[in-house]
Amino acid sequence: MSLVLTQSNRLARQVALPACLPLILVVAWWLGTRNQTYSLIPSPWEVAVEMVDLAIGGINDDAFSQMLITNLVASTGRVYGAFLLAAVLALPLGMMIGRLATARDMLDPMFQVLRPVPVTAWLPLSMIVFGLGPKSAFFLVALGAFYPILVNTIFGVRSVEPRLFEAAQMLGTKPAAMFPRVVLPAALPGIFTGLRLGLGFSWVVIVVGEMTGVPTGLGAMIMDARQLSRTEVVIDGMILIGAAGYISDRAVMLLGRRLLRWSPQHAG
Amino acid sequence: MPVEMIRVEAVNKTFGAFQALEGAELRVEEGEFICLIGPSGCGKSTLLRILAGFEQPTSGYVFVGGREVAGPGPDRGMVFQDYGLFPWLTVRRNIGFGPAARGLPKAQIAETVERFVDMVGLSKFADRFPHQLSGGMKQRVAIARVLDNDARVVLMDEPFGALDAMTRERLQDELLEIWARTKLTVIFVTHAIEEAILLSDRVVAMAAGPGRIVADTRIDLPRPRDVSSVEFNALRRSLNLQLHPPETLDAH
Repeated sequence: MSLVLTQSNRLARQVALPACLPLILVVAWWLGTRNQTYSLIPSPWEVAVEMVDLAIGGINDDAFSQMLITNLVASTGRVYGAFLLAAVLALPLGMMIGRLATARDMLDPMFQVLRPVPVTAWLPLSMIVFGLGPKSAFFLVALGAFYPILVNTIFGVRSVEPRLFEAAQMLGTKPAAMFPRVVLPAALPGIFTGLRLGLGFSWVVIVVGEMTGVPTGLGAMIMDARQLSRTEVVIDGMILIGAAGYISDRAVMLLGRRLLRWSPQHAG
Repeated sequence: MPVEMIRVEAVNKTFGAFQALEGAELRVEEGEFICLIGPSGCGKSTLLRILAGFEQPTSGYVFVGGREVAGPGPDRGMVFQDYGLFPWLTVRRNIGFGPAARGLPKAQIAETVERFVDMVGLSKFADRFPHQLSGGMKQRVAIARVLDNDARVVLMDEPFGALDAMTRERLQDELLEIWARTKLTVIFVTHAIEEAILLSDRVVAMAAGPGRIVADTRIDLPRPRDVSSVEFNALRRSLNLQLHPPETLDAH
């Protein structure tokens, strides 16, 4: 009996509780937009119908119909590609800045100054340097993912407990082996946090990235819809980015839980 | 003919203006169990860290096994109060860390690791991570990893200080048993007089301001020792006097 209770309790906590607020908001949205002859904000129903049209078509048969998968694939490809590029650059840079005084003195001030510059501010320059289109989008998304990975990697490799170096030394670890045997594994939780934030940021900046004149992608779709005052398409784009970002974050979390089983903060 | 394992000659250590250790002299034979005891600031941990090679003496010489200490090395295993285990490695891999770092063949590592996992009674926990272990188990792993690394001298810095009384007593017994079996040389830092008399062949008493060695008492009681015996308590009283001479008591 008590077991059944705890199970239904858990179900309530994990499903019902998080669903409360969104449900209230949708109801309020529906109440606010119903019986309006002319509204700038479409009703939930219109948004749902448009989502179906985006997915399978057959309702409006316009430029947006059946484009959901195409746009989703284009954006996902950009997000993951740019994220990988950012990781490939930020991980070694972060490790160097974190462990080598020369690299820190040379590079850290520059990145500290560049870091507060928002991705949006880079948009015009990026379009001049990389041209209109996918290269520019790629650059902007990678830029968004770069700093969280860099900062957390630096933090991770710098905050290794000094005791672990002593322990490794007295067990006969050679100085050259200190990095792979101690620094890297000890820094993994920090590095992982950076990667997770970086991937999240890639989704955040995808709309800005796709303001560069690329023909497909969820961001491009939102920009096109905005110019055509197709707000229901805009909202569908927002929902899709949110869902895709959420799913990709959950996947990374599960991966982290496996890889960082040893860490009390990560072991689920 | 006893073999000299450790020789400390006229060792001074200053940190800035602070004199942590003044004129320390110590000779330890192979297989001896030595306790360093004294109040905080007496330099007992500093002396231990100099023996380990983590600190260099400001002046003086330190020899272990006939060679001057130039830095940390696997011949001198250290057991820290806060364990210093690698949290990302299982018990088994923690114990095998030293042999792996020294590049020994995998099959050999696996074999000796099993032996020491058994010796410290952690067979059931061999695949756990440190955060899943109790303090006593963690310290067993820390001891096993220096034993598996063929340390000739084991340096222990208040290793049981963070453990509850029952666990501490069990680990003291286990340590004595391992020591009797392996004939290691042990330097054990503690601030508990009873622990020092229970464990050691010699109790080296230290005092603060500046940190120095003030007495070196041989403990000839037969083992296993009985903490409630008359002889044990006579020793406890005389060591207590060495560590708290009457004039310093008056000063308070």
